[in-house]
Amino acid sequence: MLENAYLIPIYPLLAFVIIIFATRWKEKLSSAISIAAILVAVIHSIFVMIAVIGRHGVPFELSVPFIEHPLISLETGIFIDPLTAVMLLVVTIVSGCVQIYSLGYMHGDPRWSRYFSYLSLFTFSMLGLVVANNFFMIFIFWELVGLTSYLLIGFWFEKDSASDAGKKAFITTRIGDLGFIIGILLLATYAGTLNYQEVFTKVADGAVPVGVLTMIGIFIFCGAVGKSAQFPLHVWLPDAMEGPTPVSALIHAATMVAAGVYLVARSMTLFVGSAEAAMTVAVIGLITSFMAASIALVQNDIKRVLAYSTVSQLGYMIMALGLYGFDVAKDPHSHSVGYFAGTFHLMTHAFFKALLFLGAGSVIHAVHTNDIQEMGGLSKKMKITSLTFFIASLSIAGIFPLSGFWSKDEIVAATLGHPVFMFFTLLIAFITAFYMFRLCFLTFTGKPRNQERFDHAHESPKTMTMPLMFLAFLSVFAGWVGMPWLSHGFSSFVYTGELQHHGPNYIVMLVSTIVAVSGIGLAYTVYFKKKISADVLMEKFKPLYTLLLNKYYFDEIYDKVIIKPLLAFTRMMWWSDANIIDGLVNFVGWFTIKWADAKMLFDKYIIDGAVNGAGTVCMAASWLFKYVQNGSVQFYTLVVITSAVGVIIYKVTPEGFVYYFIGVVVVALARFLMKMNRPEEGNVETEPEG
Amino acid sequence: MDIKSAAIFFDILYPEIFLLAVGMFILVVGNIFKNRTFLAYLALVGLIGALVLTLQQWNAPQSGFYGMVQIDNFSIFFNVIFLSAGIIATLMARDYLRAHNIERFEFYPLILFATVGMMIMASSADLIVIFLGLEIMSIPLYVMAGFFRNDPNSNESSVKYFIMGAFATAFLLYGIALIYGAAGTTDLRRIMTDLGYLVSHSGFFLYSGALLVLIGFGFKVAAVPFHMWVPDVYQGAPTPVTAYFSVAPKAAGFAAILRIFIYGLGGLNELSVIFWILAILTMSVGNLMAIFQTNIKRMLAYSSIAHAGYIMVALSVGGDGAVSAAAFYLLAYTFFNLGGFAIVTLINSRTGSTAAIDEMKGMSVRHPFLAALLALFMFALAGFPPTAGFFGKFYLFSEAVKAGYIWLTVIAVMNSFVSVYYYLRIVVVAYFGKADEEFAPVSFKPAIWLVLVITAAGTLILGLLPQFGLQLAQMCMFSFK
Amino acid sequence: MLQYLALAAILFAIGIFGVLTRRNAIGILMSLELMFNAVNINLVTFNKFIGPDNLVGQIFAIFVIVIAAAEAVVGLAIVLLLYRNWQGIDIGNINIMKW
Repeated sequence: MLENAYLIPIYPLLAFVIIIFATRWKEKLSSAISIAAILVAVIHSIFVMIAVIGRHGVPFELSVPFIEHPLISLETGIFIDPLTAVMLLVVTIVSGCVQIYSLGYMHGDPRWSRYFSYLSLFTFSMLGLVVANNFFMIFIFWELVGLTSYLLIGFWFEKDSASDAGKKAFITTRIGDLGFIIGILLLATYAGTLNYQEVFTKVADGAVPVGVLTMIGIFIFCGAVGKSAQFPLHVWLPDAMEGPTPVSALIHAATMVAAGVYLVARSMTLFVGSAEAAMTVAVIGLITSFMAASIALVQNDIKRVLAYSTVSQLGYMIMALGLYGFDVAKDPHSHSVGYFAGTFHLMTHAFFKALLFLGAGSVIHAVHTNDIQEMGGLSKKMKITSLTFFIASLSIAGIFPLSGFWSKDEIVAATLGHPVFMFFTLLIAFITAFYMFRLCFLTFTGKPRNQERFDHAHESPKTMTMPLMFLAFLSVFAGWVGMPWLSHGFSSFVYTGELQHHGPNYIVMLVSTIVAVSGIGLAYTVYFKKKISADVLMEKFKPLYTLLLNKYYFDEIYDKVIIKPLLAFTRMMWWSDANIIDGLVNFVGWFTIKWADAKMLFDKYIIDGAVNGAGTVCMAASWLFKYVQNGSVQFYTLVVITSAVGVIIYKVTPEGFVYYFIGVVVVALARFLMKMNRPEEGNVETEPEG
Repeated sequence: MDIKSAAIFFDILYPEIFLLAVGMFILVVGNIFKNRTFLAYLALVGLIGALVLTLQQWNAPQSGFYGMVQIDNFSIFFNVIFLSAGIIATLMARDYLRAHNIERFEFYPLILFATVGMMIMASSADLIVIFLGLEIMSIPLYVMAGFFRNDPNSNESSVKYFIMGAFATAFLLYGIALIYGAAGTTDLRRIMTDLGYLVSHSGFFLYSGALLVLIGFGFKVAAVPFHMWVPDVYQGAPTPVTAYFSVAPKAAGFAAILRIFIYGLGGLNELSVIFWILAILTMSVGNLMAIFQTNIKRMLAYSSIAHAGYIMVALSVGGDGAVSAAAFYLLAYTFFNLGGFAIVTLINSRTGSTAAIDEMKGMSVRHPFLAALLALFMFALAGFPPTAGFFGKFYLFSEAVKAGYIWLTVIAVMNSFVSVYYYLRIVVVAYFGKADEEFAPVSFKPAIWLVLVITAAGTLILGLLPQFGLQLAQMCMFSFK
Repeated sequence: MLQYLALAAILFAIGIFGVLTRRNAIGILMSLELMFNAVNINLVTFNKFIGPDNLVGQIFAIFVIVIAAAEAVVGLAIVLLLYRNWQGIDIGNINIMKW
């Protein structure tokens, strides 16, 4: 089964192709094909898992040369080690649940077939990313994941907010990808290969200088920052909630955001080689985790709470991985559990977060709103949904013996020896327990706060509750494979470096349980018993509350500090360019355009540009718009000779070039001013650059 | 002129001679016969025949005309690009010209003659011959730009191209004259061998000449700041001609630049900085200006400027790897850019079309397959895997990183990410745009299908199985070192 | 030799100036011819002073003359078209495509 594991991504790809080209018009058939494909992939993944267990940690690799070339050599292939096998299982199971769930959720959507084809394509890209055996392939699938996420988040593109969110997700993650590709190119240069195993061997042998390795590590981590929505590129993820809820579950639980964590885990050898890079990773993870958890405290949109929760949990994983890298870089024989903790939490989190999203979807399906202030008391009407939602919440809060308990415990254990990290980790655990149960209590208990919506509420159909129950089962039991008492548990299955057996750490368990329970208890007193009024709390901490409600003003800061000044600058440059050019052109004496028209055109384009929003990032360089097309050949020739003279002067004396450049600008300005004084057409016939 | 290979060897120019003969033949026959439908086929026969003849010369470097003409894998690789572009443009042009009632038989010889000029440019190792090739190429192109004789836009395009082209040619000539003054010869091989001596004795003339030559060719490949003509000319010219412009003359310009600045004057390392600056300017301005365009032809014009910028990265890097990366990129670019233009040609063939981007609205409903191809070409232009565009860029940028040009690569990658925005916009319009009125159907002719199939196949094959293309590009070297 | 080169450079500059300032398309064509001829002077000068043993420069100059003639033919044809469609050959007016 291992030999043809490359088929696992192929199934959903086939489903995509069939749906797009053949069964688009038969909706039922399309969804059936898509689900059948993913189920086959699940079964295949199970067999792969069994086979991998049988190999006792020896990775399986199958590679076919893609290009053999003395200058550049690339291959395509699959690389299956325990981490891959776990990811395969997680991705296929969650994707399967989401697709079955979508049968109920997307009922009656006019683009049904297209929806399922996108889901298949997305799953394909994610599975391809997981099985890839080199950095080149992972980048290709990485890009595909980004592209398909754009399609899915913007699926309801009639809503402007949805298509904007799609664009935002796509562009923000691409900023990270920029670093990623540079990292890959550097790796190719210094290691001479992109194959995982070869790269890691070379790095472990010290073939790459540490300074370069730090650079590579940080560049590659940039990719993870973008995809896993880490600070400071986390802004896209909450907006991505505009997609259909099952899509949110898929993207935010098991696939796209997990890709970043997977990448860091996969290239752990690079971070082990450079303590600085590893520390960067850990710090970014911690900042993200704390920031997102605190924002989640005050959000009222059920999906946004979950979105920030996801960002926070991903930060957890990244932090654990970074700490592992740091510890091992300092001491090769360190007993850090960070690697195990991060990957283990990646798995358990995938299940309970998928469950939470799907549960939220079920609630939204029933009451048609995202606002938890308009819910309440829903547990009476939605037994299965509320029960499974509570299980997931307990799991994420880290209550014994649910799966979240085991993995969160390990993350806390990973911070041993780093007191600051440990303090914040526990604090975050407390906050997490609090906001999750705030969400639960506000949604499912108490009196309905909007009677009309409550009356219309109903339990969701079987197609939606079945996946919920299945995922609830996994949320309880999936973590048991990582119980510290098992001698062949998760920790001795997924590992890097030397195999170590980690015994249980009862103090950590106790502390983290106390933290979680107290978080739940606080939420209970505030939102269930109402012993403490939430409004009073809110008043007391008004500034903090506002800060959190506005998500630390990140979007605003980006808007004010980066986008607005850029736009203003652009506008200014454009205006002055236009004026200068007009002056120049007029001076030579043939330009008879009506200035008002030009102004209008510029406004039109500037406004267009602003509206098109996404272009704003690139406007950083728009001062390069020195030469605006004005349609006049002679102006073009003027530009040519001005530049030609500039090039030659640059060659002779680079300093002279500066004077020349200033001179050109001054002459242009002077002509412009002259033109202002003499509005009638000037016919002065002199050479400007003589 | 080199006396060592003192022979003319007409046979090494058979492809060019064949093309010329066919072109002349069409000119004569076109005047005799009333029914001229077969002339396009005749032109195709000429181009394909020349392609076959060219391919026969592969891997057998020869030199002739007293060393002025140099047939090596480098020239053949580029000749194949020119001929493919010519074939594709001819296929596109026929139906387009008919749709606009301007099918005049002179069009086909013009394409053939221009192609001959490019082939001579790529196969020459002497500045005089390169200049001759350039002019043989340019003069037909000026006429082709103005082929809509009664359309003011086309006239404008033509006159702008002509004035700017001649102006740049004058600079080029001045540069060649200075190099001749410095070296006493126009033979690139002799210049290369004596370079060290020349730099120390007549460095000023040599450098000034090199820079002027660079400016002249910078115009042909649309390097910023010598790009100003490009958007206007591209927009006004008939669409198949624009397609041809965006690929063939650009490739020819790069062939000449590579030959002159990596082979002949390769020792002038200081020029690398200037290429560096030009590359950054070219891709940045091209990409940034493309964002705001509302006309597809104009947008693709800026996009082609940006692509020239990527290729110029190879020029600043220099060396064999960079040459083959640039050659590979140009080959890939030929396919996906012509593919994109083929779809624009189809859209533009409808009556009343001005090639505005909004005209794409509703395309996916009416012609789902065409929309899918459009998406393929746009993704390739944007450099997405698994298309040839991605691979070409990957190869190009990895050469740059290997040579240590990390910042240049960072800027180039950033640029290629910016470009995604406007390419994707076209796909979004084609798929998600709400059509105010029904998308007017386009009329498919077999020729355009053939073009789409060839270009799509090229785009995908070079992306999925780049091995073969790469091997060719790797062999694409100058024969004399 | 320098005098000749200076003459060529001045001629070239005059040509550039003409291209930049003439509004009449024919005037621009003439200025372009001037630029080509400046190059010819350069070529012939260099031939005489740098490499008198062969005739590369002079032959090149003849090539340039031929090509300049061909360019002029095409250029005049284009100008003729302009005259027909625009009712004038004032280059300054020809800018419908821009931005």
